[in-house]
Amino acid sequence: MSDRDRDEPGAPPPSDADEEARKAAEARAKAEAAARAKAEAEAAEAAKPAWEKMPVEPEIEDAASDPLVRALGRSCGEGAVRGASRRAGDLAIEVAAGSLREVASSLKLDHGFTLLVDLCGVHYPQREEAPYEVVLHLYDMQKNRRVRLKTALAEGESPPSVTPVWAGANWLEREAYDMYGIRFEDHPDMTRILMWEGFNGHPLRKDFPVEGIDTGSAIYPEYYAEEMGPVTGTGTGWRPAPPPEPEPEPAAESDEEGA
Amino acid sequence: MSETGERKRETLFDLEEMELNFGPQHPSTHGVLRLKLKVDGERIVDCYPIIGYLHRGTEKLFELHPFFQNVPHTDRMDYVAAATNNLAYVGAVEKLVGIVVPPRARYIRTILAELQRISSHLLWLATHAIDIGAMTPFFYTFREREIVLDLFEEYCGARLTLNCMRPGGQPYDLTVGWVERCLAFVDDFPSKIDDYEGLLTENRIWKKRTVGVGVLPPDVALDYGVTGPMLRGSGIEWDVRKAMPYEAYDEVEFDVPVFQNCDTYDRYLVRMEEMRQSVRILRQCLERLPDGPIMAKRPRVLKGPKEGDAYHSIEGPKGEIGFYIVSDGTPNPHRCRVRPPSFMNLQVLPPMVQGQLVSDLVAVIGTTDIVLGEVDR
Amino acid sequence: MDNQVVTTTYDKVFNWARRSAIWPMQFGLACCAIEMMAVLDPRHDMSRFGAEVFRATPRQSDLMIVAGTVTEKMAPIVRRLWDQMPDPKWAIAMGACATCGGPYRTYAVTQGVDRVIPVDVYIPGCPPRPEALLWGLLHLQRKIDRMSRAETSRQLRAEGAG
Repeated sequence: MSDRDRDEPGAPPPSDADEEARKAAEARAKAEAAARAKAEAEAAEAAKPAWEKMPVEPEIEDAASDPLVRALGRSCGEGAVRGASRRAGDLAIEVAAGSLREVASSLKLDHGFTLLVDLCGVHYPQREEAPYEVVLHLYDMQKNRRVRLKTALAEGESPPSVTPVWAGANWLEREAYDMYGIRFEDHPDMTRILMWEGFNGHPLRKDFPVEGIDTGSAIYPEYYAEEMGPVTGTGTGWRPAPPPEPEPEPAAESDEEGA
Repeated sequence: MSETGERKRETLFDLEEMELNFGPQHPSTHGVLRLKLKVDGERIVDCYPIIGYLHRGTEKLFELHPFFQNVPHTDRMDYVAAATNNLAYVGAVEKLVGIVVPPRARYIRTILAELQRISSHLLWLATHAIDIGAMTPFFYTFREREIVLDLFEEYCGARLTLNCMRPGGQPYDLTVGWVERCLAFVDDFPSKIDDYEGLLTENRIWKKRTVGVGVLPPDVALDYGVTGPMLRGSGIEWDVRKAMPYEAYDEVEFDVPVFQNCDTYDRYLVRMEEMRQSVRILRQCLERLPDGPIMAKRPRVLKGPKEGDAYHSIEGPKGEIGFYIVSDGTPNPHRCRVRPPSFMNLQVLPPMVQGQLVSDLVAVIGTTDIVLGEVDR
Repeated sequence: MDNQVVTTTYDKVFNWARRSAIWPMQFGLACCAIEMMAVLDPRHDMSRFGAEVFRATPRQSDLMIVAGTVTEKMAPIVRRLWDQMPDPKWAIAMGACATCGGPYRTYAVTQGVDRVIPVDVYIPGCPPRPEALLWGLLHLQRKIDRMSRAETSRQLRAEGAG
């Protein structure tokens, strides 16, 4: 009631200082309320289970101080291990191309990574000096841990084969050769495995069109001569017998020839 | 005189090794596998598998489609185990972008994966038995397999190529009455496994054809990167479900069967026991199935991180199936590599068949449980 | 002589015999082969239509069910198997891949098996259900019923084989 009394026109107008103080108090109260609401919302958001929040991408951390990376750096010599990172719990070690086999056999014999899980190639056309990468996934059954080895390769560079370390690398390396054209040195049987012999190009390279190419020479002129023939159609060299040719109409044909 | 004697023998029996082509069209190659065999009489001297007759360029197609649209391509790799392929792929995508899946979806995934393991093992048993000459198990196992496929069909509308998982959760909730129908199957199925075992386990012909055939020593298995029932039949206890639990496997109880004799018969026993364990897992999951959402909050268009990769693997019916996804910040994966268990398991075929009889070759191919769609991709 | 003589036409007898005992070739390429196996199981039971005798060799079979993706590497072998089958012979393209390449418009896949062999019946689906394969088989039987011996030999003569 007193407030209303004060606001009545008959009452003396409030002074400027009073007005300002009142406004400041109001603003403070508003800000406090907003902060409280925000904190409450944040607390509610934090209390929400993870699947009701937007996903947070895992960060890439540096893992150069990991004991395994350090041990590898010591045992395999200077320059073999180029770096290491960890993302979402996966340890990835970058290895120089020349010392791939050395690092792999050290991991198998000294650190217990007995199982070669996977070996594959990756193509990064935007990387000028080393567009290819060979990625190995290894597993240690005793300590239940995985490690990923990455080796950057220049165009035409040959990494050493890890077939002497794991026999199972044989087909995986052949597949990497088939799909990316990465030739492994000292591999017992470096031939195509999925595509047929004589297929032009390496299909998983980024510059290879998905529907195939008419001739390898259009895209890899340095590897394939013009007369290699088409890849699409029935690429194995076999074609169904052509339909019987219709009777030639000499008049029209000769006209065109003449023109 | 010995010379003439030798020559006489040569005229009677050709002592040269013979090259024999096997496949790609052969009823017991389970698809389009081709083998070049070198045989000395009935003994196999050498074996050179030729694959790629079903190479369809799936890994290239992965790079051309967004993360969500790639799930159907995974169905068609290991086409008798589509649910586990889906699971491995969506798991890799979730690891890549950091999605956490709600518990109900995790349980539904576990149920689907275990049903798929049963269906895949039933198909394996049928074809393996036909290869060796037993026709009856085919009719028995396909009878139960149809029930599993009916459950799949009720859940997602497809029998074989399920496309039943999405990055972030499950596309559909279980239909009304599905849990009861699945429980009825789970109650009924162990007696059916007894039926199959009654046909085969102590069968003298079956034992003659499998015991001591296709021996795979544990060191050779590890050297070739063999996983799954093949590895466990060689006496190495390793299962991704136990070693690195995913989905709901750390909340259920089950055993990992291991047998020590490394031969075809023991791999048969491993798979039979795995089916029983799958039933155990299914029953626990169905009874504990939590309520709640089935899809995590996620952006409508999933974009991978600017730089980063992830490898996630699960225990499929054939072995460890994993996906290695490299992202470049676009909605499509930059590279999506499949770690195919059949590919690795097939590679060990030559050391397994060397010195065996030609007729044992089909038994050994059957026991590796390959699916050519996954070998060739 | 009552009820002891049946008069019919030559075509009817032959077509009836041919459509009632089709021997398919046991030849699976990919996913559809699993559904082709499911057709033989107790629930669908293809033997109701006389087509359960799957032969492992092309020389004893008269129906080729192309079940699955035909790749460029496999295409010549499919053609060779087709050429080894004795006449009269039919082909069913089962599923999207065999019909038109399906989801695989890639460097390795033949865009439909009809680029390699002549196809009588196309079955849609990825993969088709076993019921769909039975539908395709019944469709083929109707097609066989319409065959005419005179027509066939005229065609063969025209091709220079008759």
